[in-house]
Amino acid sequence: MDKNEILDEMIIDSKHHPMEDLFRMDRMPHIWCSGCGLGAVVTAFMEGVKKAGKDYDKVVVVSGIGCTGRVAGYVNLDSFHTTHGRAIPFATGLKLANRDLTVGVISGDGDLFAIGGNHFIHAARRNVDIVVVCVNNFIYGMTGGQTAPTTPLEAKSSTAPYGNYEQPFNLVGIAAAAGASYVARWTAMHVRRLSDSVAVAAQRKGFSFIEVVSPCPTVFARKNKKGSGLELLQEFGERSRIDHEADPTKIPLDMKNEIVCGEFVNDDRPTFWENVQKGIRKNVQIEVDLESKLYDRS
Amino acid sequence: MFKPSKLHGEFFMQGDIACAEGALAAGCRFLGGYPITPATEVAERMAYRLPILDGVFIQFEDEIASIAGVLGASWAGVKALTSTSGPGISLMNENIGLGMMMETPCVIVNVQRAGPSTGLPTTFAQSDIMQARFGSHGDYGVIALAPKSPQEMFDLTITAFNYSEKYRMPVFVLADAVVGHMTEKVIIPPVEELEIFERVYTTKKPGDYKPYELDGKNVPDFAKAGDGYRFHTTGLTHDERGYPIMTEETQWKCVPRLMEKISKHVDDIVLLEERDTEDADVIVIAYGITSRTVLPAIAMAREKGIKVGLLRPITIWPFPEKRITELAKKVQGFVVPEINMGQYVLEVDRVAGKYVPVKSIPHPGGGFHKFDDIVKAIEEVAHG
Ligand code: SF4
Repeated sequence: MDKNEILDEMIIDSKHHPMEDLFRMDRMPHIWCSGCGLGAVVTAFMEGVKKAGKDYDKVVVVSGIGCTGRVAGYVNLDSFHTTHGRAIPFATGLKLANRDLTVGVISGDGDLFAIGGNHFIHAARRNVDIVVVCVNNFIYGMTGGQTAPTTPLEAKSSTAPYGNYEQPFNLVGIAAAAGASYVARWTAMHVRRLSDSVAVAAQRKGFSFIEVVSPCPTVFARKNKKGSGLELLQEFGERSRIDHEADPTKIPLDMKNEIVCGEFVNDDRPTFWENVQKGIRKNVQIEVDLESKLYDRS
Repeated sequence: MFKPSKLHGEFFMQGDIACAEGALAAGCRFLGGYPITPATEVAERMAYRLPILDGVFIQFEDEIASIAGVLGASWAGVKALTSTSGPGISLMNENIGLGMMMETPCVIVNVQRAGPSTGLPTTFAQSDIMQARFGSHGDYGVIALAPKSPQEMFDLTITAFNYSEKYRMPVFVLADAVVGHMTEKVIIPPVEELEIFERVYTTKKPGDYKPYELDGKNVPDFAKAGDGYRFHTTGLTHDERGYPIMTEETQWKCVPRLMEKISKHVDDIVLLEERDTEDADVIVIAYGITSRTVLPAIAMAREKGIKVGLLRPITIWPFPEKRITELAKKVQGFVVPEINMGQYVLEVDRVAGKYVPVKSIPHPGGGFHKFDDIVKAIEEVAHG
């Protein structure tokens, strides 16, 4: 191949996104703002799916509502854009009805932890075999910057013009306390570690939770004078420290302190379906015998 | 050898249990639910039966999750049921809209109790007629069936599944606490003798398939998750690819069809029972348990020489407009007793009111109409 041929090849290649088989290219450009962390997070998520070696036809993505809720519309997988807060129970139904599927939920902090908070803790408690990725931008982006259950104390939002006065949730702490069998936190800076984490979560069984701290330049950064998306991303990078041994209940996020990242929980415990099967093996024969006495007329 | 999926014979069975058995006979293998009086027995029966049939029972954290899980299960290709009562439907309504918009087959059983709010949890009413029709926001067509007996709890749950698969939508069984808790003879035919409508899956190849392409029909063919179609679906206004396109034009294509797939098939969906309507001067329109409790009153009125007939809409929605118009043109009037403050009568009056008087007999719930009140209303209509 001479130089020109190589150049030609490169030109042709540049027309193709390296992951275009995994995204709906007919839906590009996406609606996210420039400088938003979502593009990087979704790409890392799909890298993780790739690394997990899953048959793409058997991977399903479910989203709720909000900026992150739009992820389902861009991934080239069976994908469901559901209602606000309800992605997790929808995904639970999908997974239990077809256990061959790998089911991922990607949604935002408001979606998963305000309106959907109850579903989150119960899915974690049941240890349903799904992967939940929460893109935490500390605010409601789609609706224009209102306070979320993750908004740090004193941070400004359009519904907290004098600074947020509500104690925020520590998402990894909730996940661990509710019984998730895998819990990790990364920032949008940690794309490789994030994709590794997604791969681990997709391969393991049980309820996996990954929080991704992600910059929202349009509302969070602007309302809080954090500069551009890139500057906020850099800030997250600088403030982050990886500590897999950290106690997830003790590492809340705020406006200035360390963002402790890592894989905090990776425990095997029986999943919902395994427990169901155990119960059936133990008890069903007895029940069937009983019922056959009641009903069998043959 | 005992084959639980082939349960058949004659049973003395509670309505809620018959409903669960009807669902199983229809091929339902998923129940997502939350305890609520007077519907709990449906879920309890499913919790007992589904594991034996390799099905999935899950008690969710609330009714919102229950219906969301049911929709998810349906997209995995499994027939799914949820059972609840009025307060549960109130919580489900948002995702019932999602089910309508994504065109997701499933069945929702509402064993009605008296409201509003917590109301009379352990007694009965028929007060969710309009809630079933208009509960979720926006416009969409609705199918709702009203059983009058445990036998019909079985039969109509199967019909509800058939309609839900045929028209790709959530379908309501609008029972009530009396029918749900009553125990009567239920005949369960052998499963081979049941008419079961199975979901129509696309025969197209991935790449050629668009989830909401109609190909000249009113209902698009289905593809389930995991079959390689890599489809997208959304609660947003969408085009035939399932992609969100938020324009007035797409709204025109997307929403009216959700009503047309019902309005164009009313004759296929409407089920009616009629007694003595051919020569009737007065017709009592009553559904569900009320269609049984009015019978003595009708007999009393007939003894007084009034020709009274009974029209029982088994299909509550879509409204049996055609038949009621026909009857309105030849009778002297209608009497509509229902255990609510006058809901279905609004539709009867809309259709028949321009021809003849339509008399509502309301009841707030927790009891039945008094025979005398019904006889009096019949007399009033008969004697103008
Ligand atoms: S509003 Fe914020 S989170 Fe939403 S797309 Fe824009 S930058 Fe991203």
